[in-house]
Amino acid sequence: MLIHTMFPASRYSIQAQRCIRALKTVKADHAPPQLYTWRWKCSSAVTPRITSHYTICPRDKDPRWEGVEMERFADEADVVIVGGGPAGLSAAIRLKQLANEQEKDLRVCLVEKASQIGAHTLSGACLEPSALNELFSDWKERGAPLNTPVTEDVFSLLTKKYRIPVPMLPGLPMNNHGNYIVRLGHFVRWLGEQAEELGVEIYPGYAAAEVLFHEDGSVKGIATNDVGIAKDGSPKDVFERGMELHAKVTLFGEGCHGHLAKQLYRQFNLRENCEPQTYAIGLKEVWLIDEKKWRPGRVEHSVGWPLNRNTYGGSFLYHLNEGEPLVALGFVVGLDYTNPYLSPFREFQRWKHHPFIAKTLEGGNRIAYGARALNEGGYQCLPKVTFPGGMLIGCSPGFMNVPKIKGTHTAMKSGMLAAEAIFPKVTAKDLASETAGLHVPEYEDNLKKSWIWKELYSVRNIRPSFHNYFGLYGGMVYTGVFYWILRGKEPWTLKHAGLDSAQLRPAKECTAIEYPKPDGKLSFDLLSSVALSGTNHEGDQPPHLTLKDDSVPVANNLAIYDGPEQRFCPAGVYEYVPLETGEGMRLQINAQNCVHCKTCDIKDPSQNINWVVPEGSGGPAYNGM
Amino acid sequence: MSRVLVGVKRVIDYAVKIRVKPDQSGVVTDGVKHSMNPFCEIAVEEAVKLKEKKFIKEVVAVSCGPSQVTETIRTALAMGCDRGIHVEVSGKDYEAMGPLQISKIFAALAKKEEASLVILGKQAIDDDCNQTGQMTAALLDWPQGTFASEVTIDGETVKVVREIDGGLETIKISMPAVLTADLRLNTPRYATLPNIMKAKKKKIANMKPADLGVDMVSRVEVLRVDEPPTRLAGVKVETVDDLVAKLKANGTI
Repeated sequence: MLIHTMFPASRYSIQAQRCIRALKTVKADHAPPQLYTWRWKCSSAVTPRITSHYTICPRDKDPRWEGVEMERFADEADVVIVGGGPAGLSAAIRLKQLANEQEKDLRVCLVEKASQIGAHTLSGACLEPSALNELFSDWKERGAPLNTPVTEDVFSLLTKKYRIPVPMLPGLPMNNHGNYIVRLGHFVRWLGEQAEELGVEIYPGYAAAEVLFHEDGSVKGIATNDVGIAKDGSPKDVFERGMELHAKVTLFGEGCHGHLAKQLYRQFNLRENCEPQTYAIGLKEVWLIDEKKWRPGRVEHSVGWPLNRNTYGGSFLYHLNEGEPLVALGFVVGLDYTNPYLSPFREFQRWKHHPFIAKTLEGGNRIAYGARALNEGGYQCLPKVTFPGGMLIGCSPGFMNVPKIKGTHTAMKSGMLAAEAIFPKVTAKDLASETAGLHVPEYEDNLKKSWIWKELYSVRNIRPSFHNYFGLYGGMVYTGVFYWILRGKEPWTLKHAGLDSAQLRPAKECTAIEYPKPDGKLSFDLLSSVALSGTNHEGDQPPHLTLKDDSVPVANNLAIYDGPEQRFCPAGVYEYVPLETGEGMRLQINAQNCVHCKTCDIKDPSQNINWVVPEGSGGPAYNGM
Repeated sequence: MSRVLVGVKRVIDYAVKIRVKPDQSGVVTDGVKHSMNPFCEIAVEEAVKLKEKKFIKEVVAVSCGPSQVTETIRTALAMGCDRGIHVEVSGKDYEAMGPLQISKIFAALAKKEEASLVILGKQAIDDDCNQTGQMTAALLDWPQGTFASEVTIDGETVKVVREIDGGLETIKISMPAVLTADLRLNTPRYATLPNIMKAKKKKIANMKPADLGVDMVSRVEVLRVDEPPTRLAGVKVETVDDLVAKLKANGTI
């Protein structure tokens, strides 16, 4: 019966049908489960089934889940924080600092999807110590890993063979005087240790999978991921429900494009007065280079080649000073690019061949790779950040200062402001609140009065200024004239171009880009890069890259845009492979490769991909990225 | 009646790419993701299953190493062990620590705790030694059921189905005994968050090898650690003649 639905009689002769039927019987034991259609609403009759996650295929009507115990263990805390990054940890630390100062008891629980704090952290990074100085004035004595003060700052405009130096005048946003080159993963790990010493309960390896709501619609807390669900969505013997963590206030610090934040935007209509967020993808590698080429404290940035003037992006190369001759380098591509044939990963690999870059890397060894999406929207894209029962902190709402290429200091400050706004309210004897979950609008007021706001306001026009005929050059002129002279005091606010996912032009209107083959010394192929990220997931679980409609990738993404997800995913998760039965293609999702960068959720032109959190402790194993 | 000792080892996670230290003395471990050795997880699961079936009363998780191994012991406690023992070994002793020292520690602990069973993983995924279980049994002069894919307790004896090269071998050994877990023994349960929280209240005792009368001096000295040689690219040939010519030029024939 299943076979007839896939091969309607009108298309094949009787002999052909018999042939196909015979083939099917022979291959029955070996054919992958995707080939057999399942009568769910989540796939059409002809498309093989891809998505089995319970967020798309609900379990309450699923016969395989009948009689399975779905009750969850629940626990109460004062504050629950989702995400162990700079924002989440700074908020936790600040809360405990206040609690200890004022001798009050406060239970702060932090959940983090990575197996250890810092394992999913990836950034350049040049850290501006402003927020850290406010959090821990004695950070040096405490051993914070800020070992590399910036000594040289170099900016280049690259052409295919040459380099045009751009003077780094003081006052330009990316001037790095007074900053430190850090390995953010190590810095975050250090923050985690400080937080634990202060009494924060940190639970790495447990992902927040669901937001819980009170009856009045305010946020009650979160529930961690269920474990032990098989790839086809059925329960395994080891199935166990996640746990509920209830709190008076829940802070969401999931980083750029968090999946719970995505839900919250819809639930509380937080984005009604701001522009849709725009993003970029950042790819990074760490290299052990020849000692003779090592110049600790040197910061290099470039724009131009290999990107054309209308594609926003650029590179960074930082020389670390931590004993070994290490450099952290990477490439950022704005996700508002229009050509579906563009591959950010391959642009990165080809950029490394530029003589100015290659001379540093020659003779060196690549030891790490990773990627992550980052915010580019700035001031125009800031949503409302508080709602009954919770608030958004860090890169989740998006406080990154794009021209400065820094977001860690603002993320930390936002976490600290959140903590300072919450503290009096959660410790008050009388929880004067209209809603069961505490609403703390003071956080948003404090943000608007802080240096975060001033900083983001002053650079608000730089990124949108790239949307002009001259692209990059127009943007550089704008920055040089208006920012350097006026410091953002111009009375107008430029707009971004809209949703990144809507920017792709159909493939037939664009030319394919010929990328050079990786040479195995400076540039590498995708799969060996993914292996270096140490990423892994439990194989027998539903793919966490869920599709709202399984038939859309082939019908829309492949047909109109030539399957851009094959190119923008930095981990090779998406592949269009020929159907085993011969005609046509199907989308294969290699969920185990995912590095949790969130680019697919952002850039999918059909907005059909919904990234949800996999079983906790899955994902990359970055070490000091 | 019975108490079971389970050994858990903290090793570099299997999915992480290993890097050899520049001085070739070992591999880089600082900041690298570690987790419980997969075979030790299976051992813990088996011990907890035996306790759930009421064959044994108490499961004690043991690990040897620096302070970080307490995380591994906590995971074992979250899976259902009752208490933990952390044998502190750090620095040069930890780097030189091998199956001989571990088995001496386990033998001493098995006697001290009056254990009826010692269950270990068959091997660790970092050194692939496959020696600790066997050495422990020898030191204690206890029978051993290694590469177990099925364990059944029957009164004072244990029936062990072992995975061997030729297939499966079933043996009956008397308790007390040492068992080592192979892959197909069971599917380990997840250490869920409520259990991790409960595990924080379970006791982990601290002790040093000297307290057990064990000397950690190694009889093995690591001279050098190298990466495996890079695989040379293959060459495609068009015809059989080409193949023969290439093999001749190579000196193979």
